[in-house]
Parts: sequence; structure tokens; C-alpha cells
Amino acid sequence: MKILICISNVPDTTTKIKFTNNNTTFDVAGVQWIINPWDELALTRAIELKETNAGTIENITVIHVGLNTSDPTIRKALAIGADKAIRINAEAKDSYFVAAQIAEFVKKEPFDVILCGIESSDYNGFSVGGMLSELLDYPSVSALSSLEIANAEIKLKRGIDGGHEVISIVTPFVGIVQKGIAKEARIPNMRGIMMAKAKPLQVVEPVLIDNFTEFVSFEYPKPKATCKKIDPENVKELINLLHNEAKVI
Amino acid sequence: MSILVFAENWDGKFKKQTFELVSYANSLAKLLNSSVVALSIGKVEDDELKKLGNYGATKILNVSDNRLNTLDNKAFTITIAQAAIKENANIIIFPHNITGKAIASRISVRLKAGLVTGVNGLPTSTDPFTIVKKSFTSKAFANIVIKTPVKIITLFQNAFGIIESPASPVIEAFAPEINDSDIKTIVKEVNKVTGKILLTDAEIVVSGGRGMKGPENWGAIEELAKLLNGATACSRPVSDEGWRSHEEHVGQTGKIIAPNIYFACGISGAIQHLGGVSSSKYIVAINKDPEAPIFEVADYGIVGDVQKILPEIINAVKELKS
Ligand SMILES: Cc1cc2nc3c(=O)[nH]c(=O)nc-3n(C[C@H](O)[C@H](O)[C@H](O)COP(=O)(O)OP(=O)(O)OC[C@H]3O[C@@H](n4cnc5c(N)ncnc54)[C@H](O)[C@@H]3O)c2cc1C
Repeated sequence: MKILICISNVPDTTTKIKFTNNNTTFDVAGVQWIINPWDELALTRAIELKETNAGTIENITVIHVGLNTSDPTIRKALAIGADKAIRINAEAKDSYFVAAQIAEFVKKEPFDVILCGIESSDYNGFSVGGMLSELLDYPSVSALSSLEIANAEIKLKRGIDGGHEVISIVTPFVGIVQKGIAKEARIPNMRGIMMAKAKPLQVVEPVLIDNFTEFVSFEYPKPKATCKKIDPENVKELINLLHNEAKVI
Repeated sequence: MSILVFAENWDGKFKKQTFELVSYANSLAKLLNSSVVALSIGKVEDDELKKLGNYGATKILNVSDNRLNTLDNKAFTITIAQAAIKENANIIIFPHNITGKAIASRISVRLKAGLVTGVNGLPTSTDPFTIVKKSFTSKAFANIVIKTPVKIITLFQNAFGIIESPASPVIEAFAPEINDSDIKTIVKEVNKVTGKILLTDAEIVVSGGRGMKGPENWGAIEELAKLLNGATACSRPVSDEGWRSHEEHVGQTGKIIAPNIYFACGISGAIQHLGGVSSSKYIVAINKDPEAPIFEVADYGIVGDVQKILPEIINAVKELKS
């Protein structure tokens, strides 16, 4: 069984977001880049599964659509434990562009399980996994919080409103993962970092794809009015304000 | 031309979010001189279906195919795409929730229709079709143009509101053409609460953080939520510790919510936490640390010990209600 994990390269979650060129471009100056948190969890889970199913899972590959500025993030994925990495050498224009590039690659080199994060924390598209599954005509299951593979049988847990469902599925499929899929993302150790240097990072040229959407500009949220502090000795005042001023209770 | 709305139900009843979606579609239809068709999948009684008319739906397609009682992303995609073609829909609207996001992305490919997720309001221009979405985990908004003739959006909950606009809708049965082989997800087990207000649908959310000290102190959070007809939530460390279930975790890596009031009790207000709650209309913070970052985003704040303040809030609400 071969597992593919689609990884996105995103600003660290504590990054202060700034834009340049008249608010048309995200300002990357000084930004720390990380593997998108959900993708990192998906990778961690794939590695755990490979460790416990040595016979079944032969290979874990990560794939990324982006320029060589993403290479440190890809190397980190290799250091965590992916066997191989693919980078499609193009700037990601929108979710469809990314999904279509990955689909082209998978059509030539198939995988049994493809994992994507539920969203990327930059443009919050929530769409690459779903689009990819439709392009490949694979089933997709979204909001996975658990993935078990035993004797080539696959058991998934997916979030639904107010709870979860247990699902069985056969390969190939696309799994779109949320938190819970692995407890905590693995941190690369020294040995992993050394080994990553020798692992293959294959660069593939993109195919021609028209994007469906275009980012035209960005805006900052309106600054919040200052917080009204209420005297802790007069808590009633809070309810009074919520009732009479905010009119929400 | 029409605007198609995916009208999701929960145990046979429409969610508040569904009515908001129809209201949104209705306003958009007025802007574009179009009409609203709602599509319901699953067992929903006629009386319930008719409710969609209160918000402006003029036609309701009702799909009751037993194979669609549980979600299969592909089968739902086929169904909705067929409905969109039949109704000549050039805009399709989904809720920005697990189901909506899972299907909208597939349909986008199937219909070669540009998709924008997490939309925040009506388009700022209809030609070119320009719309605003949340990005960078609510730290910014992006203006996006959809270039394709058919357009798909997922609407962020509580971003638009519910607007009544009575219409007398026709209800029409719709039978999609699906092959059994299209359905690959087999549901073995369902585990969910019923009869409770959904966290993502709640107008009032009472949430506790590590400052609550332990699960034994959650009685007051639950009591306040119940009094206000709201739901309970928590910060990530609280669910990681197992004090509360993972279903309640809100924030960047948990659920993203937008209630009218968010009570943050003993929550510091870390940036990842705010990513999930900053769209709340009002944030009330109770924290003993006057420097806690939650006060920077809160509308109302009380500096003090939650154990002492919460019971007093409960009493004040009881007094107001009586
Ligand atoms: C990649 C990533 C993703 C993350 N995603 C999320 C997420 O989705 N959601 C999330 O919540 N966190 C998330 N976090 C964690 C986040 O950074 C914070 O650690 C977390 O939100 C803190 O939770 P807290 O406010 O409950 O606890 P703390 O930060 O420990 O704050 C507790 C607060 O309680 C106050 N307090 C203590 N005792 C009392 C008392 N008796 N009365 C009143 N106040 C009291 C303290 O002053 C303090 O402000 C994420 C972190 C990372 C790195």
C-alpha cells in the first residue's frame, strides 16, 4: 500500500499577517514557514501506521505544489519520516490549480490512500482534498479524526454534527483529516534530519491549468472597540449591558 | 437561471443555518433578478420543507432516496450537480460546515465552477463576481473574483442573519440517477448527541479554559449555557486533558463558531483560540489576569475569579428572566 500526503507550506500560526502592494500581496518578509498543522498530523499518522503495519505499507510520499522556497518545509516532512517527496514547480494560484496539478501526477503514479488536511491555515480553502478526489473519481471522506489500517482493511472515524461516525472503505480513497487523526505531530530527531538529506525530492514541472478564481485584494478586520470593564463587585451590570445595550439576551 | 441552496437537515429538522442560507440566497436573487430553489436530501416532512418558503425559496426539491440517508460525498455530489443542471442554477450555496465543505469542493470540479469558501456577505460586485471571504484564520479578509459562469460558495455561519420573506413554494420530488457502485462509504456506527443545541448553530456559547481548574468545575458553565439556551465549548488544552469532549474544542484546530455571545471563562485568548471565535458578535471575558490577551478582543470583561463570578452571572440571568 502506498500513501500520499498533500502538504501545504503556511505561515507559523502566531504570524502577524501583513499585506503589501496596496494590499494585494501577502507580505512574506520575516515570516516563519511551517507544514500546515493538519498535514503534519496526517503525515504523523501515516508514519505510525507504517511502523505497525510494516508488511502492508511500503511507502509514504509527500507532495507539494510550490516554488523552491518551500524546500525547507518539504525537507522537514522527510525528516519527520516520509520516504520520498515530490514538488510540483509552480506557484499555487488557487485550490483548483493545486488539486489539478496533484491529480495529473497521481494519474501517472497511483496511490492507495491520499491524505489532505481539512484546510490550509493561510487561504482557508477547505477544498484541495475534495477537488482532488473528484478529479481522480475516488471516494472521499471528510473530517477524519481516526484512520486504522489492519490486514488491508480500513476503518475511519469522521466528524458529523454533534458526534462522529465509524466508516469502512476500500482503497483507493482520499481522506481529508482534522484534529485527532494523530495525537501530536512528530518532531524530527537528529537522525531523521540527517537521513532527510539523502532522501529523494523530485521536482516535477507543472501542467497548464486555468484557475477558476482570482485573489484581488486583502483587508484587515476592523479594529474592535475597547473592552468595557465591569466592576467584579457589580456583576449584574454585565447582564444589564447584554440585555439593554447589546440586546443579545 | 436560479440559485440553488443545499438545505441541510439534522434529524429531519432544518438547522438555523439552513434558514440563514435561504435568506442569503433570497437577497442574492433580488440582486440578480433570479429565484431560489432549495434542495433537501433525506427524510424531512412536508411541513418542515414548507418552512424554507418563509425565507424566500420558491421551489423545493425533495430527495428521499434511502441510499442517501448517510453522507457519501460522491453520491451527494452527483445528486446536487444533477439538480443544479436541471434548475439551470448559476450559483450554488452551501453551509460552511463539514458537509458543505466536503461536497462543495467536489461539485466545483464536476461543474467546472469556481468555489469560494467561508464567504462573509453578499458579493461586492456581480460583474466581475467579487466576494469577500475570511482568510488567514480570520486574521484577514480576501476579495476574490470567481471567473467561471457557474459559481459556488460556502457561507460562514451567522455572517448574514435570518430574514423572513414569505413565498409559497412548490415542493417537487427529485430522484437523482445514482448507481449503487457510486456509493463507497459504508457507515458502521453512528455516535451523536440528539436533542441538544449544536455548538456551531448556537446563538450563545459558554466556554471554559484551563482557568476553570478541572472538569469538576464545569457545573456553572453548563448551568449558564442551559439558562441561556446555548451550548458549551472549551479551549484546546481542556479537551486535550480530557476534561471535556473533543466535540467542544473551538479554535483554529477545532470548531469555528460565530455565536451572538461568546463567554470566555478562564481562557487566556491565544491567537489560535481566537481564530475559532473572533467572529462572535460579542465576546465576554472573565479572567483573573487583567493583562490576558482575551481582553483585547472582548467587548465586555470582568477581571476576577471565575469560580466566584460565574455563579453571580447565573443569578443575574435568573433575575432577568423572572
Ligand atoms: C498549531 C496550534 C494550534 C492550536 N489550536 C488551538 C485551538 O484550536 N484552540 C485553542 O483553544 N488553542 C489552540 N492552541 C493552543 C493555544 O496556543 C493556547 O495554548 C490555548 O488556547 C490556551 O488555552 P487556555 O486559554 O484554556 O489556557 P491558558 O493559556 O493556560 O489560560 C488560562 C487562563 O485562565 C486564567 N485563569 C486561571 N485561573 C483563573 C480563575 N480562577 N479565574 C479566572 N481566570 C483564571 C488565566 O489568567 C489564563 O489567562 C493551538 C496551538 C498551536 C501551536
